[in-house]
Amino acid sequence: MADLYRRILSWLDERFGTGAVEEFLRHKTVPLHRHTLWYYFGGMTLFLFVIQVLTGILLLLYYRPTPNDAFESVQYIMAQVRFGWLIRSVHSWSANLMIFTAFVHMFSVYFFKAYRKPRELTWISGMLLFFILLGFGFSGYLLPWNTLAFFATKVGTEMAGSIPGLGKWLLIFLRGGEEVTGATLTRFFGFHVAVLPGLATLLLAMHLLLVQRLGMSVPPGVERAIAEGREPARAMPFFPNFLLRDIIGWYAALGALGALAAIFPWELATKADPFAPAPAGIRPEWYFLFMFQTLKYLPAKVVFLEGELAGLLAFGAAATVWVAVPFLDRHVGFGRTTRFFTGLGVFALGYIVALSALALR
Amino acid sequence: MGTSDRNPRDPAQPARRWINLLLGSGVVASIVSFLYPAIDYMLPPPVAESTSRSVSAAKVGELKNNNGKIFKFGSRPALLVRTVEGEYRAFSAVCTHLNCTVQYREDLHEIWCACHNGLYDLEGRNVSGPPPRPLEMYEVHVQGEDIVVSRKA
Amino acid sequence: MISVEMARRAVSTSWPKATALRPRAWHVWRRTGGPTGGGPQGLHRRTMRKPIPSLLVLVCAVASAWAAVPPKDSCVDCHAALEGKQSEPAKLFAGDVHHQAGLRCADCHGGDPNDASMRAMSPAKGFRGAPKKTQVPEFCARCHSNIAYMHNFNPKMRADQLSQYLTSVHGKRLKQGDTKVAACVDCHGVHDILAASDTRAPVFSTNVAATCARCHADSAYMKGYKIPTDQVARYQKSVHAQMLTQGDTSAPTCTTCHGNHGATPPGVSSVANVCGTCHVFFAQLFDKSPHQAAFAKLGLPGCVECHSNHEVVRPTDEWVGVGPKSVCVTCHAPGDEGYANAQAIAGDLAKLNTFRARAEEILNTAERSGMEISSPKLELASANEALIKARVNVHTFRDGEVRKLTNQGVEIAKKAYEAGVAALRERDYRRKGLGVALITIVLAISGLYLKIRQIESRGKA
Repeated sequence: MADLYRRILSWLDERFGTGAVEEFLRHKTVPLHRHTLWYYFGGMTLFLFVIQVLTGILLLLYYRPTPNDAFESVQYIMAQVRFGWLIRSVHSWSANLMIFTAFVHMFSVYFFKAYRKPRELTWISGMLLFFILLGFGFSGYLLPWNTLAFFATKVGTEMAGSIPGLGKWLLIFLRGGEEVTGATLTRFFGFHVAVLPGLATLLLAMHLLLVQRLGMSVPPGVERAIAEGREPARAMPFFPNFLLRDIIGWYAALGALGALAAIFPWELATKADPFAPAPAGIRPEWYFLFMFQTLKYLPAKVVFLEGELAGLLAFGAAATVWVAVPFLDRHVGFGRTTRFFTGLGVFALGYIVALSALALR
Repeated sequence: MGTSDRNPRDPAQPARRWINLLLGSGVVASIVSFLYPAIDYMLPPPVAESTSRSVSAAKVGELKNNNGKIFKFGSRPALLVRTVEGEYRAFSAVCTHLNCTVQYREDLHEIWCACHNGLYDLEGRNVSGPPPRPLEMYEVHVQGEDIVVSRKA
Repeated sequence: MISVEMARRAVSTSWPKATALRPRAWHVWRRTGGPTGGGPQGLHRRTMRKPIPSLLVLVCAVASAWAAVPPKDSCVDCHAALEGKQSEPAKLFAGDVHHQAGLRCADCHGGDPNDASMRAMSPAKGFRGAPKKTQVPEFCARCHSNIAYMHNFNPKMRADQLSQYLTSVHGKRLKQGDTKVAACVDCHGVHDILAASDTRAPVFSTNVAATCARCHADSAYMKGYKIPTDQVARYQKSVHAQMLTQGDTSAPTCTTCHGNHGATPPGVSSVANVCGTCHVFFAQLFDKSPHQAAFAKLGLPGCVECHSNHEVVRPTDEWVGVGPKSVCVTCHAPGDEGYANAQAIAGDLAKLNTFRARAEEILNTAERSGMEISSPKLELASANEALIKARVNVHTFRDGEVRKLTNQGVEIAKKAYEAGVAALRERDYRRKGLGVALITIVLAISGLYLKIRQIESRGKA
């Protein structure tokens, strides 16, 4: 078995020059300390993304992206296609799980200041990937063309329209017109299966390349402890130790997804009717809830700005700060600046959790 | 990965083969349990496609003049009528009163609901009896041998 | 706007003889148009005695008529300035449909609207005054029975209201001198009459019941007449009244079944025909059923016997059979054939309802577990159709006719139930499949875990 494996590798090496890669990977290590657990979340997000791609491709075999057929085709997948219920529910659940692990990965990287030099670009590419994931979530949500999705999209794109200047253009660009119509569905489908995957692949390649090149960051506290000799510098080989553990996590995720798909299948409800009034209690998916709830609390006017606009601008500013944090957190690892940013992170996390909880009440 | 697997001080040594067996069978079994649904999914089901907005209701020549036929449109019944002049009309066959299935009456040249004597004309308008609203009308086109009924755009 | 000319032409040959005027005055130009009396003799004399001022007056009158300016109306001028009841007609008349057609007080009441003195109301001027109650129908019929005249205003309008009225209970009693009954003005109003198509009119379909109720629901007023006074109250509870308030103006009100001018309650043998105008199938089936002959023999009205005449409410399945709410047991007793039939029919309906409910329950359970059952649910809806038709067939009062429909419905419900069972079986299969997959995953994870331990203990050692 091992012999065969080695023969294949050398065959590939003679043609692709993979020997160097293999050599590199063989020596790749992962730092071992009390926070090692958090290292798994990036890989988990990647794994769930792969699940999304695979189940998404399978769904593409039967899905039809037009208003007359979309709902019926999803219904067909749920009712007629063998294991269609499984593929579709896994796709929907995995999307949510993936965004959750992405949140965890992002916050753990933030709090451990892994964005500090030389990993600024890793952070930025990661943040862009995160926004792309949210875009995947938003565009994919519309595709079944059911009532909830239709109105959630209407509200969401409406908010985009309130940005001054390019807001109107952005709204028309997103919707493929003034209103949410079949054109919107086609467009979102294009974003969801071509544009966003393409962008994601590029950014992912960059992100992973950087991670391999720069290795795993060690939290500043641990770094200091090692430097001061209070703790030994330990490492775990990536192959096979870390990877095997990774795989355990991935298997557990698969089990969870299967259980969720079988016991809590994803709902389809009723087909969208653009002329019907919006049902009560429209809300976006949970990962947008905190923004949605914030906008509800804002007064009609904030200083001279319209409330909704002020909220959007505030979120935009917050996002910019968040993305730029590697360049703003000057004395990363020690000093007051860094404590300020830690505080900012705690506030952000708390805010998101609190407002999401309020929205769910 | 290197180190010799013949360490005499490793008490788990004989168990290695069992571990490999367990791991191998577990991984293979789990992969099968994932691949089986995926492959079965890709094989098209007996009903080849999702119910769409257009259906072939009948073949040309199947309906005589002044005749009607019930067919399935989506998951609801629909009515194809060939008028006295030979023109094709198609409607939803669900009566707007209490959802009974309507039919074409050759003697009345109108669409009739057997439950409470509701009548619709050949534009689908509710003209007599309890129905409160007209019947939804569909578009009819002849495509080759088929009479295709589709929802109005 | 009817011109003086038109109106004059219209009445010139068909003038009712009721006036005191002689035909000799007819060719005299009248300032007020139409079939009223007027003071033609006096006017004639006065005009001929003083030609120039009279001519001037005449020219002004013609000019003003041509200009369609409403001519001076002394009736309104005086009466509007009076107190209380005397001024009411003048004030109300502006909204009246007759006023809008160009008619004046004098056109109905006679008199001279040009004369501002009390002499305007002299019989010499053709003044008729307010008619007595018993004279009201003929008073209105002067015009309303004159088809040619009415066609000037509304070609489609009927002109047989008086002849119809005289056949009605109200008309007959009025002729005998009973002034308590309704005549034209009681329902249509007097000086503020609105067209029957006007939603504010007391005779508009949604207002009819209230108009009839003014007398017929007043037990003090109706004392002495041997009819009940609860009809309107009962009607308000009916499904017909509900339909009217929801805006379905095709729903029946008092006049739909009783007639309006020729109001007569339908006779015992003809009630079913009245109901059958809308409820066609039920009347047809009833006529062919054993009840038709039986009811006729007993002098019982069809339909009404079970469904009531005024308090027609939505029937339920419990009305059929031998239970506490049943109408069958009013006549049938245990042992007779009708009783057995009723029981059988009720049994059929109950069976269909039971099967339907079972199927619906299992499909809902399947749906809650996340199974996709929109198709079977739709199939089940056609079991509803069978139930609807079965309920119609109850009126054959023959169990066989009902059963053949309920059996159809039961078959459909059974199929839907099977689909539900299949859906639940599929759900269980999925969960078993999940179990298998989870077991393989657990195996794999344990294998991985042990492998890790094995590798790492090797490394340590």
